[in-house]
Amino acid sequence: MTERITRDDVAHVADLARLSLTADELDAFTLQLADVLDHAADLDALDLSDLEPTAHPLPLVNVFRADVEGPTSDRDEVLAAAPSVEEAQFRVPPVLGEVS
Amino acid sequence: MSGRALAAAVRSGDRSARSVVDEHLAAIRSGEPEIHAFNLVLADEARAAADEVDRRVAAGEDPGVLTGVPVAIKDNMCTRGVPTTCSSRILEGWRPPYDATVVERLAAAGAVLVGKTNLDEFAMGSSTENSAFGATRNPLDTTKVPGGSSGGSAAAVAAGFVPLSLGSDTGGSIRQPAALCGVVGVKPTYGAVSRYGLVAFASSLDQIGPFARTVSDAALFLEVIGGHDPLDSTSIPGAAADLTSVLDRGVEGMRIGIIEELSGDGLEGIAGDVRARLGEAAAALEAAGATVETTSVPSTVYGLSAYYVIAPAEASSNLARYDGVRFGLRVDAPNSGDMHTATRTAGFGDEVKRRIMLGTYALSAGYYDAYYGKSQKVRTLIVNDFAMAYGTYDLLLSPTAPTTAFPIGEKTADPMTMYLNDVCTIPSNLAGHPSMSVPFGVGDDGMPVGVQVLAPAMGEPVMFRAAAVLEAAAPPGASS
Repeated sequence: MTERITRDDVAHVADLARLSLTADELDAFTLQLADVLDHAADLDALDLSDLEPTAHPLPLVNVFRADVEGPTSDRDEVLAAAPSVEEAQFRVPPVLGEVS
Repeated sequence: MSGRALAAAVRSGDRSARSVVDEHLAAIRSGEPEIHAFNLVLADEARAAADEVDRRVAAGEDPGVLTGVPVAIKDNMCTRGVPTTCSSRILEGWRPPYDATVVERLAAAGAVLVGKTNLDEFAMGSSTENSAFGATRNPLDTTKVPGGSSGGSAAAVAAGFVPLSLGSDTGGSIRQPAALCGVVGVKPTYGAVSRYGLVAFASSLDQIGPFARTVSDAALFLEVIGGHDPLDSTSIPGAAADLTSVLDRGVEGMRIGIIEELSGDGLEGIAGDVRARLGEAAAALEAAGATVETTSVPSTVYGLSAYYVIAPAEASSNLARYDGVRFGLRVDAPNSGDMHTATRTAGFGDEVKRRIMLGTYALSAGYYDAYYGKSQKVRTLIVNDFAMAYGTYDLLLSPTAPTTAFPIGEKTADPMTMYLNDVCTIPSNLAGHPSMSVPFGVGDDGMPVGVQVLAPAMGEPVMFRAAAVLEAAAPPGASS
């Protein structure tokens, strides 16, 4: 197997994605991600230099709505779905420092 | 009974919506413990909605073309005040503050929502085994998978729990389970059905579409849910295409190409019995007056590789919103960063984690060009090859899935093996084109085989005409 992706790469990516992995998970995911990236190696043989990327299947133009008032989501209904709320705001643990 | 026939019976007063709904709820009660098609059955709500339909019919009103028809929707479509889980722990118990556009449209047509169906977590999978709430079983053989990710919606229709259901298709998640369960499944043109209220997986590929037991019912349901929606910025302008009135026009004079690369000769893994049914389907179209020949769409072989970079990349971005702040699960921790990590680690299953990490990697500095940039260019290659093929052919044909339904547990250990299920369905998503699976006989194991009809963008009317011909010519299907 080629070294498409290393254990350290996977640990770094998991950190970026805010996922915590056990040592066993790290081993398993490294092998599985390498499998997928190995399969994607069939693209290496293609000469794509003359092609523009397609980001989207439709020729998109920006869509503007008319600047008129309309119904919006109910604030209390939205807040009711949150894990923690205080004074009509989403409540989270400290972003800097920790709860003492 | 078809959805069309049920609606006609209720509209004419021959049957009450309540009796129709009660009958289907009884079927669910007896079959559901073994199949597990649903995450949630809305029995009381469905009875109340049916009574309201009956009241309106009695008052001389016409509730719509799906009057009194029980429908189920995949549990990744938002229902106001009703739990919407995506079969994920991270959304367990979440009640959306709004309805998806498709939910409003089916209610506006007189349909009655009876439940939310099981799926692979966040629609990531091909077997419905990745659900946090347990696998769905194939109603035709409960030791087999129903396919996925919309396996619950496919199984619900195949089991007779509902005549119609909705799924979502990002790389084959409607068509592949339709094939494995022996029902009709349609992925419409990208933008033909509003995605407003569909929980996003890979936004440039996701599309909602119908499951039905007949081509005619699928056409009717697609007319109901399709058409422009100002709440989806990628929605195609204009009304939904008229499909039901063109269904019987046949394929006389059409030119149809069998995609060589997806049909066996160039590709390992397409089973012999599936290839045999495809050949018989081609013969049926020829007998109906079409010209059918094998043709090459070379870049379709690269679809799988490009898809498994692009879809995870978009997913890694879309699923960043599950952070324990505004909705869903929160696992407490002393600071916000640790809370995000603890919540996501506990809330997501392995397949979702795998794809988030794959996508994060493919988008990260140093690898972006090698994986994501390259895959986006392959997407162009596939779009160009399809354009070339549709210069000659009205429609293209391939198997829907490489094999019939496989045993539960057979492919869960090796993600790449599971991904190969999508090899025939992915190219249509990458191009934004419509395609559909039509049941066409059974394999050596007696399980259903699906034939995939592919059309260019907005080609649904022609696609449905061919599907109707295939349906009429199909050998007997599987029986449970």
